[in-house]
Amino acid sequence: MSGGELRIVRAGALTTVQDLGRYGHAALGVARSGALDRPAHRLANRLVGNADRAATLETTLTGVAVRVVRAAVVAVTGAPAPVLLDGRPAPWGAAVRLPAGAVIEVGPATRGVRSYLAVGGGVDVPAVLGSRSTDLLSGLGPAPLRDGDVLPLGAGTGLPVHADLAPHAGPPRELVLPLRLGPRDDWFTAAAVRTLAAGRFHVSERSNRIALRTTGPVLERAVHRELPSEGMVVGAVQVPPDGRPVVFLADSPTTGGYPVVGVVPERGLAAAAQAAPGLPVRFVPQR
Amino acid sequence: MRVLDVGEDALLIDLATPDEARSWHAELLRRRGEGGLGPVREIVPGERTVLLYGVPDAAALRAELRGWSVTARAAAGGPLVEIPVRYDGPDLAVVAERWGVRPQDVAGVHSGTEHRVAFCGFAPGFAYMTGLGERYGVPRRAEPRTSVPAGSVAVAGPYTGIYPRSSPGGWQLIGTTSVRLWDLAREPAALLAPGTRVRFVPAPEGAGA
Repeated sequence: MSGGELRIVRAGALTTVQDLGRYGHAALGVARSGALDRPAHRLANRLVGNADRAATLETTLTGVAVRVVRAAVVAVTGAPAPVLLDGRPAPWGAAVRLPAGAVIEVGPATRGVRSYLAVGGGVDVPAVLGSRSTDLLSGLGPAPLRDGDVLPLGAGTGLPVHADLAPHAGPPRELVLPLRLGPRDDWFTAAAVRTLAAGRFHVSERSNRIALRTTGPVLERAVHRELPSEGMVVGAVQVPPDGRPVVFLADSPTTGGYPVVGVVPERGLAAAAQAAPGLPVRFVPQR
Repeated sequence: MRVLDVGEDALLIDLATPDEARSWHAELLRRRGEGGLGPVREIVPGERTVLLYGVPDAAALRAELRGWSVTARAAAGGPLVEIPVRYDGPDLAVVAERWGVRPQDVAGVHSGTEHRVAFCGFAPGFAYMTGLGERYGVPRRAEPRTSVPAGSVAVAGPYTGIYPRSSPGGWQLIGTTSVRLWDLAREPAALLAPGTRVRFVPAPEGAGA
């Protein structure tokens, strides 16, 4: 369970290396980045005996297939998907022991969007500004994986957790996003704030690691002047000129010039990471 | 001064003017440097705001901030960086017309004043620099370019910016520099940080800037 390499047999639609992200550089324009579904990332690491901060692979809808050069322990969490060990079914959400040379395949997500594949020892690409995460907005960290890529693995340190099946709720059939209004809710009409709470929104297919975009009603502004650029947080619900709310995710820019009507707390964002295009979205504002 | 809640773990200090934002930012950095500020993961200045992000006890910090008196003295200045520029951008004529000067005079106006990084964003290493007077404000291009070359020196609104790497962009391009704005092999990677003072030095025709 130590060192070795991971060979990417099938990279899938978009598979990136992710950990818990980069901190302390937002004032220089560096996004937090990191796994979008942080509980799933942590769980995958725990199942293989890694620290939470070890890097995993984050897939997008179509999964990934990798070959381990040495024997390894792996676990798949996040979006449920068929897991195959050298073509035979293997458990999802549990530690799986792979002999040297074996291929573990994460199939297409049956629900949700992003699965996490943790390998004992963690993906050990060089850290950039304290993180191994791929930041798609600014191009920091390793590029999205391609077939044939080889990734170094760290030395396994911890012991795998022996859980038969990890307790992890599957992605919901509706995305419910709690939201604290502000800091710029007063830039919108009272009707717009009511629309935010009562409107029927859906996840746009233009969503990505930078932001979850919505289709549906537009939020009308009460203040029409330009907002001077100000600092942004992950979870900010920004409203661009087209009026459709956009939820900032891990790779979002650190400053922005459109008003933020409210902020989704960290605990609401894992569900956003698993919300596929077309899923209904309900915002639940609270003061 | 208003302190606005931003979710559960961030506060936005909302100020009336860019100068006040500059003073507050400097004061926050000073207090953090002295260990007089509680845990705050990120201090992110904006044009008229300072965002405090990653604050475990936002209510306590909000109460504390309201008791501060911040004076303008704090923001004297950061390090001075000189940036050589070839004033050869494709939007030089447009900018010159807006400024009411001849295209060959844009270099003199732009390099004749000290600029200062007000805040960063858009991309790692991208700095929003102020220093041109109000009369030199220009709008963004109506049609953003799909690709602006790295090292392009550009203006928009009251700001000058330099594209750290090739990206889409809507600012008016007035010149180019070969200075690396963002270099991960360097510590710090960003050449320009909030508070940095910047002087643009016109490079002679044909010289590598």
